[in-house]
Amino acid sequence: MSKKKKNIINICLLAALFVVLFVLEQTLSGGSMLLTVLKKGAIYALIACSMNLLNGFTGLFSLGQAGFMLLGAYTYAIFTIPVEARADVYQYFDGGIIQFTLPVIVAIILAGIVAALFASLIGMPVLRLKSDYLAIATLGFAEIIRAFMMFEGLGPITNGSNLLKKFPTFSTILFPFAVAGVCIALIVMLINSSYGRAFKAIRDDEVAAEAMGVNLFKHKQTAFVISSFFAGIGGALLAMYQSTVQANAFKSAMTYEILLIVVIGGIGSITGSILASFLYIASSEWWLRFLDETAFIGSFQVPLLRSGFRMVVFSIIIMVIVLFYRQGIMGTREYSLDALLRFFKNLPAKIKSIGKKKKGEDAAASEEVQ
Amino acid sequence: MDFIVANLPYLLTGISVGGQYALIAIGYTMVYGILRLINFAHGDLFMIAGFIMVYASASLPLYISLPLVIILTVVLGVLIERVAYKPLRSAPRMSVMISAIGVSYLLQNFAWYVTGGLAKIYPEIPWISDSVQIGPVSTSRITIITPILTIVLIIALVVLIKRTKIGMAMRAVSRDFETSQLMGININRVISTTFIIGSFLAAIGSILYFSRYTTVTPTIGAMPGLKAFVAAVFGGIGSIPGAVIGAFIIGICENIIKALGYTTFSDAFTFALLIVILIFKPTGLFGEKESEKV
Repeated sequence: MSKKKKNIINICLLAALFVVLFVLEQTLSGGSMLLTVLKKGAIYALIACSMNLLNGFTGLFSLGQAGFMLLGAYTYAIFTIPVEARADVYQYFDGGIIQFTLPVIVAIILAGIVAALFASLIGMPVLRLKSDYLAIATLGFAEIIRAFMMFEGLGPITNGSNLLKKFPTFSTILFPFAVAGVCIALIVMLINSSYGRAFKAIRDDEVAAEAMGVNLFKHKQTAFVISSFFAGIGGALLAMYQSTVQANAFKSAMTYEILLIVVIGGIGSITGSILASFLYIASSEWWLRFLDETAFIGSFQVPLLRSGFRMVVFSIIIMVIVLFYRQGIMGTREYSLDALLRFFKNLPAKIKSIGKKKKGEDAAASEEVQ
Repeated sequence: MDFIVANLPYLLTGISVGGQYALIAIGYTMVYGILRLINFAHGDLFMIAGFIMVYASASLPLYISLPLVIILTVVLGVLIERVAYKPLRSAPRMSVMISAIGVSYLLQNFAWYVTGGLAKIYPEIPWISDSVQIGPVSTSRITIITPILTIVLIIALVVLIKRTKIGMAMRAVSRDFETSQLMGININRVISTTFIIGSFLAAIGSILYFSRYTTVTPTIGAMPGLKAFVAAVFGGIGSIPGAVIGAFIIGICENIIKALGYTTFSDAFTFALLIVILIFKPTGLFGEKESEKV
């Protein structure tokens, strides 16, 4: 298959995805679980990819993602709350000091820029640190950012520890998909560029990379700033999805959640991060919901099922993945049309071989019985 | 003089909180010294110890429930190491750290499931919660007991590490993992001992901490855990006296900031301190300098 032909097929697949999304939105009711999962999944996919760029491709173990998302979410919210609504939202701060609004797209880009700006400031001191020290320092910065956002002294801008609300949200599911899609495409292009190769060199061996003439600090800084830029945009989208934001939600637990998504997908695979985001959101919000509700079989109450059990099962699944399937779903492999076609071509043979194996086992078992 | 009297309660609280952080920090610093792993689950172990006490004291008398808390916490600590860290001994450091984060997530969710997400009231332990008079201020007896108990335990620990055979093995392993294995040291035994000591101190720290703050929630372990870790880094990771001094400094500074009226920043301060230390003296106050090997 020629490259041109492949590109055309890929574009067709992408267009088909958007058509399917559009049709789904038209046919399903607004409260449908599938739509919720798709929306949130797309946003998490972007954030997970931004984290993977840092942790998987550059080998910088950073745990500051929640802080940058918080900056993005707040920047977006602060600059888009309609002027009329400000008196109500900032009721404890006389309507706040910002009395203008920006268009949605501008505010989203600004959200990314603010996060990137902070990242470049933070990066200067912390990127010199080694693996686990870097992790704890970035985690610390995220906490500091959160404390500042909740500080009453900044109330006229950030509304202190109160909710920010009434800002514009998206009305169609296509919006988060389009924004996240463009951003992820940019991340993929970056990874395939000469910068991306330098990132991978740093990940594999810092000393060797430096000896080959890769400017360590410059490249680490670039990766950190770009990753934060997309985390900021992800934060803005998350704010739109939730329709309210509060700094208190952006705790280190949120960073851990995203890190676990990256691990499930495979550290160093963008495709894996995207797949894992949808799987993670679908199972935590939808498929495993039944675990939280008490269930009866006849008059027998199924034990253990009650509120909170879902998360226990979920964390056990995650531990199993971390311990036994360290490669995650994709390892470091990426999506390609060839691999996909090969997968489908081999699928019948695979199923057959599994069937055969099973039959073989059954036969062996029955022999034993005899 | 008036200023000191007015702020004495904060100072006393600071010293007492510092002692509790110190007990947790030792668990971090020892595990890091030997496995080079930030044990993110340590703070949650501290939280679980709190819940065990809540449930144990509901049906058992105090003289049984207190030892029970310590024993169960130690068992859990060793179990975590066996299940979540031991299989990854030859894996890259990042995988082990992710596993630690996974355990922390599991413990928090499990605690949420068992308690239904509600805060539980910690039982009152008689005598240590009574209030006493120190000069012009009255405070609970726990404020005085904590630093004394901390120092006694730490002296015992230092003696253990300097004078006994297992202590010598621990020092050898923290110096060079592989060589000590070649010298015939049973690595797994040393690591288990480390986790036993760390969990034991975390259980004691938990009893002292919650007697003061009285409510236990599933996520309460995260903050004291992180602060204790910062204390360990501040003092130079791997160094026990360093962790203790770091913990006391953090505890006192944090409470002085609260006294000045900037409660929002008391947590942020800890991290700011950490970042300043990492930038100017990455190995901490008493840390050993490590050279990079190619």
